[in-house]
Amino acid sequence: MTTLQPDAAQRRQRVIVALMAVLALLALLVSGVVGSVSLALGELPGALADIAAGRVSSLSATLLDLRLGRATAAFATGAALALAGVMMQALLRNPLADPYVLGISSGAAVGALLALLFGAALWVVELGALAGALAISLLLFLLARRDLGGQGRAEVTGDSSTLLLTGVILASACMALVTLMLSIAPESRLRGMVFWMIGDLSGAQWRVLPWVVLGGALAFALRQARALNVMALHADGASALGVDAGALRRALFVVSALLTASAVSTAGSLGFVGLIVPHACRYAFGPDHRVLLPAAALAGGAFLVLADTLARTVLAPQQLPVGVLTALIGVPIFLLQLHQLRLRRS
Amino acid sequence: MIATNKLCLRAGGRLLLEDFNWHAGKGECWCIIGRNGAGKSTLLRTLAGMRAADGGSVSIGGRVLSQWPLVALARERAYLAQSRSDAFGYRVIESVLMARHPYHADRYWEGSDDHVAAEAALRALDVFELAQRDVRTLSGGERQRVAIAALLAQDTPLLLLDEPANALDLAHQVSVMKLVAALCRQQGKTVVMVGHDLNLAQQVASHALLLMGDGHWRAGPVADTLQPALLSACLGHPIQTIVHQGRTIYMAGQ
Repeated sequence: MTTLQPDAAQRRQRVIVALMAVLALLALLVSGVVGSVSLALGELPGALADIAAGRVSSLSATLLDLRLGRATAAFATGAALALAGVMMQALLRNPLADPYVLGISSGAAVGALLALLFGAALWVVELGALAGALAISLLLFLLARRDLGGQGRAEVTGDSSTLLLTGVILASACMALVTLMLSIAPESRLRGMVFWMIGDLSGAQWRVLPWVVLGGALAFALRQARALNVMALHADGASALGVDAGALRRALFVVSALLTASAVSTAGSLGFVGLIVPHACRYAFGPDHRVLLPAAALAGGAFLVLADTLARTVLAPQQLPVGVLTALIGVPIFLLQLHQLRLRRS
Repeated sequence: MIATNKLCLRAGGRLLLEDFNWHAGKGECWCIIGRNGAGKSTLLRTLAGMRAADGGSVSIGGRVLSQWPLVALARERAYLAQSRSDAFGYRVIESVLMARHPYHADRYWEGSDDHVAAEAALRALDVFELAQRDVRTLSGGERQRVAIAALLAQDTPLLLLDEPANALDLAHQVSVMKLVAALCRQQGKTVVMVGHDLNLAQQVASHALLLMGDGHWRAGPVADTLQPALLSACLGHPIQTIVHQGRTIYMAGQ
C-alpha cells in the first residue's frame, strides 16, 4: 500500500496539455501545407516571415495566408465549441449534453437564415447569427432563472430540468421558423442556407473577435476549474464546500452561450464538435476540469482544423461543408464510446 | 457552536417546526429523531445554510449564517447529504481532495497538506485501498464511507450528518458511530446527525432532539429525552426497552 503522490496530478496535467498543444500545432502545419497546390515544408519559414512582415506577394505566402486564415478560424471555432461543451456538461451535470442542447445554435440559425434569405452580405449573416444566439440565451436566462439560482444563494436546486426543457422547447420553436424560411426561400439561396445549417468554414478568414472570446472564456474556465469540479461532483451540495453554486451556474451559462454564439457565427451550426471532443477528452484524461478544460480546448481546435483540411481536399476541387465530416467522424466515435461506457458501468 | 433563534420551518404548506430555540455546544453529539416527513432533513439543511429559514435565524460561532462568507463557513461546518448522484467518473481520492476546497482558495492544485488530510481520512474510514477507483463503481456502503471520509478531510469543528449510517453494514455502522463519538469526545467537535436507529443513537449521542412533526419539539440530554414514553409519542408507535448486559435496547412494541 503506497502513500499518495501530491505532485503526480500536476505533472500529468503538464504532459497532457503539452501533448495536445503539439498536436494542435501539427494540425495547423498540415492545414498550411496540404491543398490543391501543396507547399514544401522548406518553403514555410520564408512564407511565414512574409506574412508576418505584411508582404503577401509570393505564391507560397499567398497560399499560406489563405490556408492559415481559414485554419485559425477553424481552430478558434473548434476550441470554443469544445470548451462550451465541457461547461454545458458541467452545468447540466450530464456528460451527454452539448453546446446546442439549450437551443442557442437554433436561435443563431434563425438570425443567420433570415439574413441569408434576404441575400445579405456575409458580415450581416454573422451579425444575424450572433444576435439570434444572444436573443435566445437571454430569453432562456429569463425563463429559467430559478434553475440558474435566483437572488438567494441558498436556494439553488441543482436540478436543471426546467432549464433543459425550456431550452429544448425554444429550440424546437426556432427550428419551426428555420423550416418555414427554408420552405419559402428561392432556389438560388437555398444552397447557402443549407450549408450554414450543416456548418461550413469556406468563407472563414483571419479574425480577432473569436480569439478574444476564446481567451476570455479559457481564463474564466481555468480560474473556476476547481469550483467546477466541486459542482460537478456535488451539485447543490457544492455550497457546503464554499462554492457559490448559483453564481457559478449563471457565469457558466453566460460564458458558454458567448462561446457558442461566437462559434456558430463563424462556422454555422456545426455539429458534434462540442459533444464528442469533451466526451473523448473526459474518457481519455478523466473528469478533472483542471486537465479537461485546456485539453479539450486544444483538442477541439486541432480536430476542427484537421476536419476542415479534409473537407477542402477530399473531393477537391469541390469543397464539402465541414459539418458533414465532423458528423461522419463524430457519430461512430460517439456510439463506440457510449457502448463502452455502458459496458464499464454494468 | 451552533444555535437557533425562533427558527420556523415549513414544507408544502405544513408547519414542521415553530419557535425553535436551541443550541449545541462544543463536544456535544446530537441526534435528531422523528418520523418520516417530520422535518429532520429540512432542519439539517437549514442548519447547514443550504436552505433559507421560513422565519427566525441560525447562527454558527455567534454569527448569523447570512453574515458568513461561503468559503469561511465551509471551514466551520461540513454537511453530509442523505444521498449522492454521481454524474461524472471522479476517482475516490479526487472526491476527497475536493473537500479541501475551502482551504486553498488561490491555488490551482492541492498541496501536500491536503494529501495528508485526505489520506488520513480515507484510512480512518477503511477505504484507502479504493483511492484510485471511479466513485460510480463503488457499492452503496463504500460510497457512503468515501463521502464521510471527504467530510473528515474538510476538518471542520461542526459536522451535520444526514443519516451517516445509511447503507452501511452492521460492522461499519458501529465503527462509523465510534468514530463520530471519538470526534466529539477527543477532538471536541460538535456533531448533529439524523438517524433512525435508536440503539445506535443511544450509544453515540450525548443529546437528542425529538421532532414531533407538528411544530413541537423536545431537546435535551439523552437520559431525559430517549425515554420510551416520549419516543412513542414522537414516532407514533409504542417503543419498549429492555436492559441487556447493562445496555438499554429499544424495540418496537407490538
